[in-house]
Amino acid sequence: MIPAIVVFLYLAAVLYIGIFAFRRARGKEEAEDYFLASRSLGPFVFLFSLFGTNMTAFAILGSSGHAFNNGIVTFGLMASSSGLVIPLTIFLIGTRVWALGKKYGFMTPVQMFRDRWECSHIGTVIFVVQAVLLVPYIIIGIMGGGTTLYTISNGLVPFWFGGAIVAMVVMSYVFFGGMRGTAWVNTFQTVLFLCFGAIALIVIGVGMGGFRSAAQAIQASPMASLLTRERISPYYFFSYTFIPLSAIAFPHILIFCLTARKMAQFKKTVIFYPICILAIWLPCVFLGVMANRVTDIPEIRAKQEARRVLATQGRNMEPENRDELREQSAGDDVIMLLLHRYAPLWLAGLLGAGIMAAVMASDSQILALSTMFTEDVFAFYGGKTRFGEAVQVQTGRIFIILITLFAYAVALRAPETIFELAIQYAFSGFASLSPLLVAALFWRGSTKWGALAVTLWTAFAVVAVAVLQEVVPAPAPGPATVLWAPGGVEVLSRTPGGTAVFGFMPVVPMVIVSALLMIVVSLMTRKPAASTIARYFGGRKS
Amino acid sequence: MKKILLVVAVVVLYVLHQDIWFWRSSYLVFGFIPIGLFYQGVFSVAASLLMWLLVTYAWPSHLEHEVEETKPREDSAR
Repeated sequence: MIPAIVVFLYLAAVLYIGIFAFRRARGKEEAEDYFLASRSLGPFVFLFSLFGTNMTAFAILGSSGHAFNNGIVTFGLMASSSGLVIPLTIFLIGTRVWALGKKYGFMTPVQMFRDRWECSHIGTVIFVVQAVLLVPYIIIGIMGGGTTLYTISNGLVPFWFGGAIVAMVVMSYVFFGGMRGTAWVNTFQTVLFLCFGAIALIVIGVGMGGFRSAAQAIQASPMASLLTRERISPYYFFSYTFIPLSAIAFPHILIFCLTARKMAQFKKTVIFYPICILAIWLPCVFLGVMANRVTDIPEIRAKQEARRVLATQGRNMEPENRDELREQSAGDDVIMLLLHRYAPLWLAGLLGAGIMAAVMASDSQILALSTMFTEDVFAFYGGKTRFGEAVQVQTGRIFIILITLFAYAVALRAPETIFELAIQYAFSGFASLSPLLVAALFWRGSTKWGALAVTLWTAFAVVAVAVLQEVVPAPAPGPATVLWAPGGVEVLSRTPGGTAVFGFMPVVPMVIVSALLMIVVSLMTRKPAASTIARYFGGRKS
Repeated sequence: MKKILLVVAVVVLYVLHQDIWFWRSSYLVFGFIPIGLFYQGVFSVAASLLMWLLVTYAWPSHLEHEVEETKPREDSAR
């Protein structure tokens, strides 16, 4: 129960930070202050909160779980590629969006697209696709909170109650604190996790009898492939470098780029982002792999047994049985199990709080959705002019309550795996939307019809992949099921982990087709007025 | 010339990320860190150094100047 008490204290602290931010902003009922903290965040808060915003439950629990089953490849696959691509996109795109936000007062990406391409309802279509791709994050955040509290309290806090507490806490500090409260909470969470994550690594290492003996034992065992990247194909590994393109296209990240006081604040973020990724992901991945050496935790043994049965007998099983074994072998809770076994109670509580912090990263998405709704729909269709800015902020707050209640209601009823899959699709979807930003900022020849083509293609591709994976069951570990191979060339396959197109993840063709559509459709359609293009590109040639 | 070198550096680092040379090696650096993990850790440090180079030699300071020169914002977004 002690870890659960520590987590509750943490939640209280987080709530206080949100209310403190509210008191700090007292009297200001301006949209820019509530949704963007008056574009005034300093370098420290900007770095850690931007990083914290990107740190989801998937990063902490998912990375160790993936490493538990696939080995060290997880770090290169998901972390170091992000360490290169994300700061690069912040450097190239984030800084430009910040400058345009300062110059023209944009608060959302859709506002910029509407202005840049002189479009109205096409902007609304982009808003709808962005919102639909973002909602699963909020749902999975609440589910993760309920599961974490349930695990930490040894079942004393039921899932429905844990989820309700997390939903209430997140809703309260976003409701009161807006962007300022969310940024402060994210900073607090990131610092907490960075500090106690390192301590946990040492404590678990000592508890396991030292990492040297554990690593050497794995090396000498049949599990030695976990220390290599054999379990993932080089095509898949290459494909994954497209996924981090999604980061800058996520509305909450792009909106966050608008909060910096000065452009210089981006410098530290760009430079230290890869180091922050290294500091958090490396221990998680390493611990996930080393968990395979643990012999005195029955739950981990059961996972390994399920993995073994799946690998040896999976081919002859019914798809439902394979799915069941896959679920049993999933390692998302291995970090929690290691903490439970090896860390003292107080540290397990603090780390539980840190994990909770990552799980609660849905705060930024909730605020972003609220900002998008009030700016791209409410204000755009006349609400702000008719009712004023104070009503706009109140509408944003009401939207926060409604979206949280909706997410909680869905979280109680639907199975978690659906939303985990939806998030996978969301990464590919937002990566596929990234050509919108590149075209808007770097190509004067781009048009609103090109933007519409990219958006519709993204929506179609995400739905098509989802339907395919629903209709064709995942095969057992090993060779993929080939679905379409004209002339012997494997074009479309169903793999144990998803879908492959020419051996690549779907995100690769999705991004390439998006970029091509933007080019081809823009070349065929009418460009915005010269005066509009001049505001973005001055006298430069395309 | 400086910018071309930086673009080349970004491309080289992207290629280096693929790291096919340690794909099947389970060698343990310092007796406990798998070589593939160690390599990608070093890669992350190299990415940070590259970002420092970009920020130092290719910072888009013209954007800052444009913002400073702009009069109070036009409300063209709405």
